[in-house]
Amino acid sequence: MKNFKGNPYRNIEGEADLLLESIKIQYFAQQCRIDVFKMLHKQGNGHWGGSSSIAEILSTLYLHFMKTNPENPKNPDRDRLILSKGHAAPMLYNILAKKGFFPVEELSTFRKLNSHLQGHPCMNKTAGVDMSSGPLGHGISVGLGMALAARLQKKDYWTFVIVGDGCLNEGESWEGIMSTAKFKPPRFVIMVDYNKVQLDGPCSEIMPLDPLSDKFRAFNLNVAGKVYDGHNVMEIIKSLEWAKQNQGKPCVIIYKTHKGKGVSFMEDNYKWHGGTIDDKSFSLGIIELSETLLKFKNELS
Amino acid sequence: MNYLKQISMRQALGAVLVKLGSECPELVVLDADVSSSTQTVHFGMKYPKRFFNVGVAEANMVDIAGGMAMCGFRPVASAFAIFLTLKGAEQIRNIICYNNLPVILAGGYAGLSDSFDGASHQSIIDIAVMRAMPNLNVIVPADAIELTQAVEQMIRFDGPSYIRICRNPTPLLFERDEPFKFGKIRKIQEGSDITIAVCGVPISAAMEAANDLKSAGISVEILNVSTIKPLDTETLVNSVRKTGRILTVEEHTIIGGMGSAVAETLMKNHPVKIDFIGVSDTFTETGPYMELLHKYGISKQAIIDKAMKLIRG
Repeated sequence: MKNFKGNPYRNIEGEADLLLESIKIQYFAQQCRIDVFKMLHKQGNGHWGGSSSIAEILSTLYLHFMKTNPENPKNPDRDRLILSKGHAAPMLYNILAKKGFFPVEELSTFRKLNSHLQGHPCMNKTAGVDMSSGPLGHGISVGLGMALAARLQKKDYWTFVIVGDGCLNEGESWEGIMSTAKFKPPRFVIMVDYNKVQLDGPCSEIMPLDPLSDKFRAFNLNVAGKVYDGHNVMEIIKSLEWAKQNQGKPCVIIYKTHKGKGVSFMEDNYKWHGGTIDDKSFSLGIIELSETLLKFKNELS
Repeated sequence: MNYLKQISMRQALGAVLVKLGSECPELVVLDADVSSSTQTVHFGMKYPKRFFNVGVAEANMVDIAGGMAMCGFRPVASAFAIFLTLKGAEQIRNIICYNNLPVILAGGYAGLSDSFDGASHQSIIDIAVMRAMPNLNVIVPADAIELTQAVEQMIRFDGPSYIRICRNPTPLLFERDEPFKFGKIRKIQEGSDITIAVCGVPISAAMEAANDLKSAGISVEILNVSTIKPLDTETLVNSVRKTGRILTVEEHTIIGGMGSAVAETLMKNHPVKIDFIGVSDTFTETGPYMELLHKYGISKQAIIDKAMKLIRG
């Protein structure tokens, strides 16, 4: 693990042992979580809750599954990722930088004037971002367009769309879901980061989505038989294995996650959707996050 | 000009899409359950694999088109103008325009042309809304010929365009003329007393008004402003430098439309006396198309009256 920081993903992607690979990704995701925590504390704004929520899902996609090439980010044959819950941009940027799409040093320019790292992802500014997002509800429709394009061009790339609870409040998401059931493109996966907390409060108070799996099924989509643990990399790997086995039709995978994952007093609390990480919370939080990192490090050695 | 021959722009849209279907393999067409009205159905019958009827979901349709454009296709997203531009407004801004995608937004039944369906279906704020979108070209063809040529040109353009399409048959004006030039104003006739800048269907009324004004000794210069954005400032300024006054005529609210675009430009570059013809700040109603245009002040007589006022005032 010596060169982990300088060259993090090759070390992982070359790993033949699946269990070892999953722990390495687990470690990587936690490192990204810590880096995002530091970055947002320093910046004074940005969305910690939703970023932390998808650390493992995004890391597993980029390090275990997706075919992407930082040397040629616009390769028409690449797999695509749409972060429909675009406010989780800090986590996406962190992973893209560590994969080599742009220098890690540039992460410190996030949300600053003249930076290519906008408050929400912008595909024409940041290498590796496959779609501009942030306004909720777009991901499924745009992703469907990409997946249909693949079928028309006889390409076999995958299109992943990560949606959050807020995203599924938007009517357009359900228009997109209806259309997905109609057009049925292959290798199209809707992944729900189901942390059950939105900006103003718990979904149960603001806009309940349950029973979510049943809703997707009622819309005639192929939904994974179980809700996966979205913070357990091995579970996420298994969910992607299921998607692979079902690649002929669009797939929906729901992950149980926690907003603000990794810092006990922030977890599942809507106040940390986009709240500023103050100095006191930072110093308490970083201890917890670092302890978990150490745990994965010990598992690796 | 051939006043006997009348073809609707939507019919021309159906035909040009079928023609482009073989020339341009990247062309895909999407419609929101109005393809038999907008005439994209003909493309759908000829190229079923490249045609996507997404049901009554304009916002969704715009975004699907965006996703396809991101992967190398040249989509035409077609629906009734009012629903395309208003239900799809945020998608047009944040997906199509923000990412500068080569998508043609084909707004059918625009202006008052969905006349019998009433105010809820009549699209008279679309130019104002579309004009405010960065990167978006806004085109208002005056006849089926211009519509055809605009679609042919914009399908090859590396950026998004909104094209406004009338439902009803209208005279073929430019059959024997120079082709439509994107971004250029077409001068219909030279004149020295007043400039009439017009876009879309009311061009016929403007031409008839100019004829009547000529008998009264007034020389009218008519400009067909089919590209609202980017606006051909040079031609506009050169015209008003000569005439000293301008009347704008459009099938749209006078708030934010072509008249506003002309006023913004002239106020800055060459201020002259100006007046506007269009729907005032009100909701319209059900009725026959031409009578409706007349009632809401878009008519030959209204043009003559306002032109005279500008000249006398």
